[in-house]
Amino acid sequence: MAIMSREERTVLLDPFFNNNPIALQVLGICSALAVTTQMAPSLIMCVALTAVTAGSSLAVSIVRNYIPSSIRIIVQMCIIASLVIVVDQILQAYAFEISKQLSVFVGLIITNCIVMGRAEGYAMQNGPWSSLLDGIGNGLGYSLILMGTALCRELIGSGKLFGMVVLQSVNDGGWYYPNGLMLIAPGAFFIIGFFIWGLRTWKPEQVGSED
Amino acid sequence: MQHNSVRYIVLFAGAVCVLCSFFVSTAAVFLKDRQQANELLDKQEKVLEVSGLLEELVEEGLLEEGKRPSKDQVSKSFDERIVMRLIDLDTDAAAADDVGIDPATYDQLAASKDPDMSAVVPSNFARVRRVPRYAVVYEVFKDAENKELDLRVLPIEGMGLWGTMYGFLALDSDGNTIRGLTFYKTKETPGLGKEVEYSSWQSKWPGRKVFDANWEPVIEVIKGVAGPPSEAPHQVDGLSGATLTSRGVTNLLRFWFGEEGFGPYLAQLRAEGSGT
Repeated sequence: MAIMSREERTVLLDPFFNNNPIALQVLGICSALAVTTQMAPSLIMCVALTAVTAGSSLAVSIVRNYIPSSIRIIVQMCIIASLVIVVDQILQAYAFEISKQLSVFVGLIITNCIVMGRAEGYAMQNGPWSSLLDGIGNGLGYSLILMGTALCRELIGSGKLFGMVVLQSVNDGGWYYPNGLMLIAPGAFFIIGFFIWGLRTWKPEQVGSED
Repeated sequence: MQHNSVRYIVLFAGAVCVLCSFFVSTAAVFLKDRQQANELLDKQEKVLEVSGLLEELVEEGLLEEGKRPSKDQVSKSFDERIVMRLIDLDTDAAAADDVGIDPATYDQLAASKDPDMSAVVPSNFARVRRVPRYAVVYEVFKDAENKELDLRVLPIEGMGLWGTMYGFLALDSDGNTIRGLTFYKTKETPGLGKEVEYSSWQSKWPGRKVFDANWEPVIEVIKGVAGPPSEAPHQVDGLSGATLTSRGVTNLLRFWFGEEGFGPYLAQLRAEGSGT
């Protein structure tokens, strides 16, 4: 990718494994638990969050030198909230069924710590282009964990992937006993826990200090 | 101008607000038509679902189970099997065919907010404040050829825990037996109260009765398990963890089948002997 310098590539790709918003920073867990019982709504949620994070980081970065520091958080909130409302409106117009399933969780992107964290922690200090990349990267890092969790939960919990039957469940005359734990929120806790464990075994520098 | 002067801060905040609101309202205006079309289709689909017509489509092999019907399928079912009828909730005269309102385009929700089209009702447990003068009832026929009435789908609404719950109840032509219940728009807690929108709970309703022997609406959602309709004709299992939503369902059903709601209309039907 010649259009990006090495540094910009790091900004984009770091949030995947090295600095994952969910696995390392443990942000945005709420929606990760709530929407991941099926893959289709999770995918929409990921797209929505990535769009919002990218858009808000870009917008905040453009005006970063003009924002009075005393009201910077509320200005960021205002930008994020507007973007979320627009995304919600688009979902209601073009993906009505899924927007009903996601219900309040699209609106709750406003309070998702990842979006706010990137705006305050990165976009306020960096230029628009790297902020956009950082927003997309973090959105995708979140998406990676979300889709992984949804894959496990839908497959183990209902024997399906994207609503297509993979393992025929006993209720439909097959052999597979669906695991009900995966359909409730604690199931996601276990899976995300395993992800974090796996990632920290692979990259031991992510293990926090003992105190 | 200094970035930290009060003047600058106020101007900056104002500019951000104006820009953001411009952005949001543009999106809202441009997407409104599409959203309304979606909502209408969803509502019609719920009418088909609650009246059992969707299940018929599945049985006939026209629709895969769990899939949504196409727009054409919905309008075909509506054309063949359903007549929308405007009724007058104000007077006892049931039919309101001659008031010049087309039930297909009548917006009951908007009417219940319009002072000219609705009336304030005494305070009630369902926390319904205004009842529209006219309500749309969907009459569903047994088959496309001879128009024999099978059931009526009645619109219902009332307060849940977080907001008004909108739904439909399918009432058999005997005027008492519930054939189905559904909610299409609620603001209840996902995973708890939101279960009122899902078939796992809605499937407990068919076969229950709204009224007791004296035609008082006694249907209720109880705590715990109610048993099959033959043993507990007036009770339905509550949703665990959603006591207030369950209570809301009881209240809104008692309200809509009482004096302020469809009570007089249904009594009129019984008196006429139609559909018995």
